[in-house]
This record gives sequence, C-alpha cells and structure tokens, in this order.
Amino acid sequence: MKAVLTVIGKDKVGIIANVSNLLFEKNANILDINQTIMKEFFTMVMLVELSNINISLKELNDKLMEKGKILKVSIKMQHEDVFNSMHLL
Amino acid sequence: MNINQIMETVKMLDHEKLDIRTLTMGISLLDCCDFDGKKSRQRIYDKIMRNAGNLVKVGEDLELEYGVPIINKRISVTPISLIAGASQDENYVEYAIMLDKIAMELGINFIGGFSALIQKGYTTGDHRLISSIPEAMRVTERVCSSVCVASSKVGINMDGVREMGQIIKEAARLTSDRDGLGCAKIVVFANAVEDNPFMAGAFHGVSEPECTLNVGISGPGTVKVALEKVRGEDFGVVAEVIKKTAFKITRMGQLVGMEAAKRLNVPFGIVDLSLAPTPAIGDSVARILEEMGLEVCGTHGTTAALAMLNDAVKKGGIMASGCVGGLSGAFIPVSEDEGMIEAVEKGALNIEKLEAMTCVCSVGLDMIAIPGDTPAETISAIIADECAIGMINNKTTATRLIPAPGKKVGDSVEFGGLLGRAPIMKVSEFSSVDFINRGGRIPAPIHSFKN
Repeated sequence: MKAVLTVIGKDKVGIIANVSNLLFEKNANILDINQTIMKEFFTMVMLVELSNINISLKELNDKLMEKGKILKVSIKMQHEDVFNSMHLL
Repeated sequence: MNINQIMETVKMLDHEKLDIRTLTMGISLLDCCDFDGKKSRQRIYDKIMRNAGNLVKVGEDLELEYGVPIINKRISVTPISLIAGASQDENYVEYAIMLDKIAMELGINFIGGFSALIQKGYTTGDHRLISSIPEAMRVTERVCSSVCVASSKVGINMDGVREMGQIIKEAARLTSDRDGLGCAKIVVFANAVEDNPFMAGAFHGVSEPECTLNVGISGPGTVKVALEKVRGEDFGVVAEVIKKTAFKITRMGQLVGMEAAKRLNVPFGIVDLSLAPTPAIGDSVARILEEMGLEVCGTHGTTAALAMLNDAVKKGGIMASGCVGGLSGAFIPVSEDEGMIEAVEKGALNIEKLEAMTCVCSVGLDMIAIPGDTPAETISAIIADECAIGMINNKTTATRLIPAPGKKVGDSVEFGGLLGRAPIMKVSEFSSVDFINRGGRIPAPIHSFKN
C-alpha cells in the first residue's frame, strides 16, 4: 500500500534526515516529498510505498511515533486513499 | 494532491475530533427461531460468532492503516420479539443475557435489537419482550432495546405508548443504584429505520439482507471549525460550507466502511452521516448552532439554525455516497453534548424547545433526564407528542428519557463515557392521565391535502 506520511512541528535540524533514515532502514520507498513552513511550523508530506517493508505496519507505525516523540514533532501515517476519497471527485 | 488538502484532513482527525463513530454489523437472526428457547439462543450465539468474530480486529486494522479513529464496533440484530416469539418462553430476559455475553466475548460495546415493532399492534412475542425490558436492562450491560410504537402509515399505538411509559419507570426503578442508567438503553420510536447503525436504537430490519455492514460517521467539531472561517457571511455561504464538510467526511466513512465490509466478507450496507456529539469539548452540535450566531443554544432562532444544519448535512452526504441511509442528520442528545448541557444549566434550553427542535432534525428527545417522580402517564404523553411529530412529518422521531430516581430539577446525573452527564429537566406538572388511559390507536394521518 501507498501511505501519506505527515510530519508537523517546530523546525529544527535533521527532521527529514531522521524520518527518511528510519524509512530506509525498514525498506519503505519514498515516492514523493513536499516540505514547507506553514505558519512557523515545519510541515512535511511524504508519499511512501510500503509493500516491501521488513516489519509489520503496526511496528513501523510505533517506530514513527517514537521518532516523533524524540524529534518533538507529530508524525501520522495514513493510507493515501483517505485523502483521495475526501478531496478528489 | 496539494499539501493544504492533506493538512486539512490531518487537522480534522487530530484536532477536530472527526471519527468513524461506529462500524455496526447487522445480522439477521430469522433462521435462529426454535420452539425451544435454549436451542434458539445457542443458534443466535453460533450465528453471531460466525459472522462477527473478526469485527473488532478488522476495525483495529483499519484504524491503523487509515489513521482514522474507529470509536465503536457494534452489532444490530433482528428484533428479538420476532425470534423469541417462536419459542415457548414467557420471559425473554435470557435472550438479553445471551446477547450481552456475545458482546462481552467479541469485545463490542453495544448490541442492539432487544426490540419490538408494535406500531399497529402487539403479537404475543411483542408483549413478552416488552415486559422483559426492565429486567433485561438491569441484568445486562451492553444490550440496547428499542420499541417502535408509531408510523406515518398506520398511526400511533397508544396502548404501546402507555405501556412504554410504565416500562421506562420500571427500568429506572430497577437501575436506581445507577441513576436509572437502564433507561439510557431504551428508545421509543416513531418511523424506526431498519439500517440505523447508531445506538441505542439500532436493530436489523426484516427487509435487510442476511448480514451487512453499516457505518456511522460523525464530526460536529469539524463542521464547527469550518464555520468559524465564514463568520458574518450569509446563510447561503453557511449552507455551502456545511455541505462541503459533510461531503468530505461522508467520503471517508464510505471508504472505511466499504473496506471493512470487504474484509469481513459481507455486503456493504449504508453510511449514516449523523453529527453525533460526545461529551468532549469540541464535539458538540450545540456549539455549531451557536457558531451560526446564537448566544446560547435554545434561544429563538435555534430551530431554524438546526433545520438548516440538518438539511445541509443530508445534501452533502447524499452527494458523496450512493448508499446513504440510517438516520443521517444532526443528533441532539442532551447529556452527550457539552454545549447542550451548558444551555440547559443556563436556563436557555428547555424540553419544549427541544421538542420543537426535533421537528427539524434527525431524531427526537434524546438522553433527557427528568425528575424521578414524573408519573408514567406524563412520560407516555411526552412519547405520544414525539410520535405525533414523526407521524405527521414523515420522519423518524425517538424518545429516550431517564426519570432519574430520587432526583429533582436542579440535580444532575452522571452516566460517564459517551452517555455523559444530564441535568434534570423540568416537565409539565399538569396531568395527562385521562388522555393516556384512553388507549387504542391514533389513526394514520391523511397523506394528501397537505398545506
């Protein structure tokens, strides 16, 4: 499945590096990445292919939550269909 | 897709309390009838376990994959009066106990369908089921009961209305140690719908398929936040914003519901988009009405605001999904909505205004605590008024009243969890006894010459 990863929080050095490194370790493939500063907040959206990950989805989600805590950002991983169904006619 | 749209969704889920309120599996029990009640109950157990064994797991998996909270997993079944009626049992409490046991084992929070449909009259099974309700509500935790006493097609069964007043009083008495909690699980309907996924009124109608999955979605907080951005604009704009928001959340509900149905290997039923509040801050229907410009919910203008909200929600939902059903609209349960509770406590909202509001929204007088010494006939009369509104306006109305034992106006009762806290509301002190004691049936209304 393809998932959309959203990362929101206070900007600091190494957020992209940390998150993408974790994804690399778990064999998740980053297909697209978009990052901006919205109202002073670091905001990153990644499209990630999860078909070949080497751990379960639950474990990956837990790892991302853990990483979010360390980096003091909020990380959320969701199936891309949620966004497609809500915003595309 | 643009980053703003993605962030909008994330914000709805993280900060505005958008969620799938319930995945409700409807299961027909028509093939579980037996002359021997014990055998019938075993069949019910086997069938529900076979169909819904994976319900909770599928719900949890989807929650993880889609990042959308799925608050409740529930089951609705064929009205038990129809199933138990085939048995020789004279008391159906054992059926409720079996349903409760199933709910516990499956880890679902409510099972609905301890129900009877008596709008035109009683069968023997209906009589037995209804007289079993108070005890069933005392001894079970997760079983919900509903009785349909009226419809636009056949009128109001006033014998049923009278009996339900007594049943509600008795259920309150038997659960007086819990402030009458039993009554929070009893709904009296006019024009009950067969595919409603929301409790306490869910049951699986006889015209429904063998097994189906319905989804109930909610998001009052999302609508409130969307309206904050159009303060001062005219009602055309307000309606448009509500429609668009309803569209988006319905689409999400449909996505999750259809995927759940696929994984459970049952046909997808309906999406019920109902703005169903919870006692949490930021999850209130009253606050939406206030956002439209009312100082407090319940003041003049509230009925108009609610009418527009209810209609716009339906329009957005119907555009978004081909299988909208259930109740779909706005719910106004008092104890489950922090804005409504505050409005009652401020003296802005009373039972008369709530009754007017039920003319234009999707349910009725819901989760309203009234003084414990309210006579059964007064409760029946309140039910009759709600039924009349439903019958004449061709809509569903429901009554869920809690005559809290030993409590008076000014007190409040705490049910906890989703059921919330209810301030005791004043009811008329004048008697309706002679009216209710007439019994019989209020004939069906004329369906033409409308003006």
